[in-house]
Amino acid sequence: MLSGILVFNQKGENLIFRAFRPDCRPRLADIFRIQVISNPQVRSPILTLGSTTFSHVKHENIYITAVTKSNANAAIVFEFLYRFISLGKGYFGKFDEEAVKNNFVLIYELLDEILDFGYPQNTDVDVLKMYITPDNISSAIRSVSSTTPGDSVSRITMQATGAQSWRRGDIKYRKNEAFVDVIEDVNLLMSATGTVLRADVSGQIVMRAYLTGTPECKFGLNDQLLLNQVGGPSYGEIGNRDGSRKATKAAAGSVTLEDCQFHQCVQLGKFDQDRTISFIPPDGEFELMRYRATENVNLPFKVQAIVREVGTTKVEYSVAIKANYGAKLFATNVLLRIPTPLNTAAINNRTTQGKAKYEPENNCIMWKIARFVGGSEYVLSAEASLTSMTQQKAWSRPPLSVNFSLLMFTSSGLLVRYLKVFEKGNYSSVKWVRYMTRAGSYEVRF
Amino acid sequence: MALNRMRTTVQSAIAPPRKGETFELRAGLVSQYAYERKEAIQKTIMAMTLGKDVSQLFPDVLKNIATSDLDQKKLVYLYLMNYAKSHPDLCILAVNTFVQDSEDPNPLIRALAIRTMGCIRVDKMIDYMEEPLRKTLADESPYVRKTAAICVAKLFDLNPSMCLENGFLERLQELIGDPNPMVVANSVQALAEINESAPETNALQITSNTLKKMLMALNECTEWGRVTILTVLADYKNTDVKEAEHICERVVPQFQHVNSSVVLAAVKTVFLHMRYIGPELSKSYLKKMAPPLVTLVSSAPEVQYVALRNIDLLLQKQPEILSKELRVFFCKYNDPPYVKFQKLEIMVRIANESNVDQLLAELKEYALEVDMDFVRRGVRAIGQVAIKIESASERCVNALLDLINTKVNYVVQEVIVVIKDIFRKYPGYEGIIPTLCKCIDDLDEPNARASLIWIVGEYADKISNAGNILAGFVDGFAEEFSQTQLQILTAVVKLFLKKPQAAQGLVQKVLQAATADCDNPDIRDRAFVYWRLLSNTTDQNAPKNIILSEKPPITTTIKSLPPALLERLLGELSTLASVYHKPPEQFVGQGRYGAEALQQAAIDEQIQNAKEAPIAAAAVAAAAQGKPAAPQANAENLLDIDFDGAAPASSTEKPPNGMTGLEGLAGTPQRVASPAVGAPAPPQNNMDDLMGVFGGNTNGNTAASSSGFGGMSDSDIMNGFAGMDLSANHQPPPPQQQLNGGKKTNEDLLSLF
Repeated sequence: MLSGILVFNQKGENLIFRAFRPDCRPRLADIFRIQVISNPQVRSPILTLGSTTFSHVKHENIYITAVTKSNANAAIVFEFLYRFISLGKGYFGKFDEEAVKNNFVLIYELLDEILDFGYPQNTDVDVLKMYITPDNISSAIRSVSSTTPGDSVSRITMQATGAQSWRRGDIKYRKNEAFVDVIEDVNLLMSATGTVLRADVSGQIVMRAYLTGTPECKFGLNDQLLLNQVGGPSYGEIGNRDGSRKATKAAAGSVTLEDCQFHQCVQLGKFDQDRTISFIPPDGEFELMRYRATENVNLPFKVQAIVREVGTTKVEYSVAIKANYGAKLFATNVLLRIPTPLNTAAINNRTTQGKAKYEPENNCIMWKIARFVGGSEYVLSAEASLTSMTQQKAWSRPPLSVNFSLLMFTSSGLLVRYLKVFEKGNYSSVKWVRYMTRAGSYEVRF
Repeated sequence: MALNRMRTTVQSAIAPPRKGETFELRAGLVSQYAYERKEAIQKTIMAMTLGKDVSQLFPDVLKNIATSDLDQKKLVYLYLMNYAKSHPDLCILAVNTFVQDSEDPNPLIRALAIRTMGCIRVDKMIDYMEEPLRKTLADESPYVRKTAAICVAKLFDLNPSMCLENGFLERLQELIGDPNPMVVANSVQALAEINESAPETNALQITSNTLKKMLMALNECTEWGRVTILTVLADYKNTDVKEAEHICERVVPQFQHVNSSVVLAAVKTVFLHMRYIGPELSKSYLKKMAPPLVTLVSSAPEVQYVALRNIDLLLQKQPEILSKELRVFFCKYNDPPYVKFQKLEIMVRIANESNVDQLLAELKEYALEVDMDFVRRGVRAIGQVAIKIESASERCVNALLDLINTKVNYVVQEVIVVIKDIFRKYPGYEGIIPTLCKCIDDLDEPNARASLIWIVGEYADKISNAGNILAGFVDGFAEEFSQTQLQILTAVVKLFLKKPQAAQGLVQKVLQAATADCDNPDIRDRAFVYWRLLSNTTDQNAPKNIILSEKPPITTTIKSLPPALLERLLGELSTLASVYHKPPEQFVGQGRYGAEALQQAAIDEQIQNAKEAPIAAAAVAAAAQGKPAAPQANAENLLDIDFDGAAPASSTEKPPNGMTGLEGLAGTPQRVASPAVGAPAPPQNNMDDLMGVFGGNTNGNTAASSSGFGGMSDSDIMNGFAGMDLSANHQPPPPQQQLNGGKKTNEDLLSLF
């Protein structure tokens, strides 16, 4: 599989070089530097030279590169590189050149642990943190001299390999609480004429569990198939999914999830059988599931943009944005990025709410509205004067994009119906649910 | 404190080397203070990372191996792994520590010892590995067992016979039944690797019992372990329908995994086993497959790219699985180009009558963007849709005409090329020809010019001023690219046959120019053939029958892989082969480690030959490339970047543009970027494409002819070398390639007409 992992900074200096197989030669670092980093034309993340394949990901100001010599599994390679990045973030807060330089010993240690002979091993941050600790002066396990490593170490290793590698058994809380955050990213692509080309929601459910012992949780959503199954006849063969969807389309208050993906703690088999989500949660924060919904997406904002190019020296903007949610709710940090031509000299603008500022370095007008109450509508009108250029090049008109976050609203209409906790101790627990909708790529062409 | 100290260490190590740095490091390594020694080790590792050779410090670093500090131990081990080969004799000094550590009460240290031992590739170390490995394989801690399992693969790589003699393979096979899922996964992984490098060992034999165990472990092990198991399951040949059903049933839940490599591996497994089960059931699995595939499209761009390439393959086999999901593949403004290009290809593939309007609107949008390459592909996609969906052809042609009116130079040129293809399918759109002829002066690319001239020649009898247009081109004949020259020649002859009086002078002139003043043998030869044909008096109709013969319409311009290759690649889903859409032998040296040995052998042989007969050696080198099997590998490895002293970055890859592969020898770095990018706007061979109609007859699939050797460059002279092309010799060549050599020449001959 992977023959080696290399990390470079933007100048092409090799910060980390870890070979896992003998065929990863030091000279490869030079080749990568010449062929990728100092080559402006590279547009692909995968490059094969001879029989050596470099797969790289750029993150912050470093290149993280995997070297493979065989017909490796490309999906694993990239997933692993991204996992490595998130591991770095988990350990150092930020995974950039400085973090790598300051922690190179630890990074070597991590790499040694998460890859063996080029095969990825356990890459779970929480588990790794138990025996590879950021500070050098630390727990008993690090020192070999402590002659009785005792239970702690063997327990850790059991856990690192075990069936429930994500949870320790001996967790105790005085107050048992679980917080569920439903966070949705709405993606929208609207054409210049106002037709919705694409609207979908990618949501995630993040849970923070502070529960004693090894609790088994059951989680319920207003997922249509689930509801359907509870009410109607059994959800028999696999093929009828489409049919059932149509049948209950009218059923109010339920959503159709196009696809869901779960944290490794969720028993996928059970979900496949009867759509119940049951799991033993890790301690603390984790992403329980991700989902996608494409039907009946409620768009929180409607944006209309009229942009006219008057001659070659002027562009007129008129942008209206309307909130499509109840008056009790309000969105925060609403930000519209309205692109301007590259040769813009000056901008005049008027807004009915919020502040608009021209940012020449980004070639756009930033229109900020700190608090956007439901049902209201605001307008920006602006005029850009352009400098004349000797070489008239067409303006590409990049789409207008919107950013916002809106609490207690889900674009898909998803609701958490219940979260049940079963544990030997039979304690009662408190559960909290919060909903938030954010803009994913919310783009409007004009 | 320690962190701070490390920070300064790092900075000082990064600074430019001072005089006597090695000396300082050595002093530090043998210091009487523990912290100084540790610091020196860290500095040494840093220097190693920067590519400095610090191997001469080996004995001094080794002295620090017996330490109670786990950090320091790990660093010393890291150093050892890197430089063991430079001091094989001294490694024996470390053996004792390793053996001791492998019996340490701390499982982490036992695992570390056995893991590192396997990475020290020195004979002396291997001799001492037997006992520790045997013990750790039976260790009570699963963490140690899973590490030891991988270590067997390492040992097998170094010394297969020792592995076999000591029964490690059998031990590993037993470990598949281990209660711990991760041990199972690693054992399967190790066995799979051994099985791949030495199939004769039959290391990985799946019985119904092991199958059961793997399926059990599948739901419990780490994500990476799941991929391992799924990959093995995918390669497994199921014994009966029932088993296939069972595998699919157990694997399907993995579609919901958050890790996209697990999802892809699961898709692969189900896809391969699905064909054995009933059509009803397999249809339902196909349906289940679509949502997870769509979800992959919203992952990180690199992962997305791999997913898109795989989706492309799946669509070629099962075109309908994603037909409702067109919108997902709409390009976002800030998608990287490689993702955009791939999305375009997929959109065209899933286009059908119901979504074509949506698609056309989107493609028109793309044609107005600024990235030139992307725009061209967008325009090309419109043409592909027109040819794919007959009922939409009119809308497509209208869209293309709109684009011509934008007057953006490169858009117009691409539109012309695309319209030429449309004429080959629907000759009835002649009404738009006047619009096309208006932009004749804006065309500067040979491809676009050639396309327009082809259209003029084809419709010479309908275009009243065809003679004038062509006369203009004939005047500048000498300045044109050869590709355009060929088309001018053909078009003028066609005009002459259709309107003999009007073009009498013109045809004389062009034949004169092509035969007398032209250096290109292709053009000259074609002109001579025409001349002969025209001056033939026995059969007056012969030229007409041949040159103006009815050409069958093309069926598609969407590139598809030949079925045999596609079948092969479906078995390679989610691997690099599936990203490149090429069989693995084309970019991987044969045998993962065998490459080195073979390479050495090849070099030795060359030296030997050179000594014996200097001239013959060159001949042997050339001949080696011609032989298909073993010598092939030698030739390939000569080109490999592993070969010290040769061309640093040459490729063994099939050169995309019909070059011979000999470029590598000349030392030109030949890069194999991903296909979508590798050939930005591939110089779609005009001749090949225009005349591909004849290829269509032999294979019933014109598209294949333009994809199999897609970018066959216009320098037809190169085709002569096609037989020597390294990649053309690979086993087993897809049928398309077998036809390769013959057909190319065939086509060239035919393209005269």
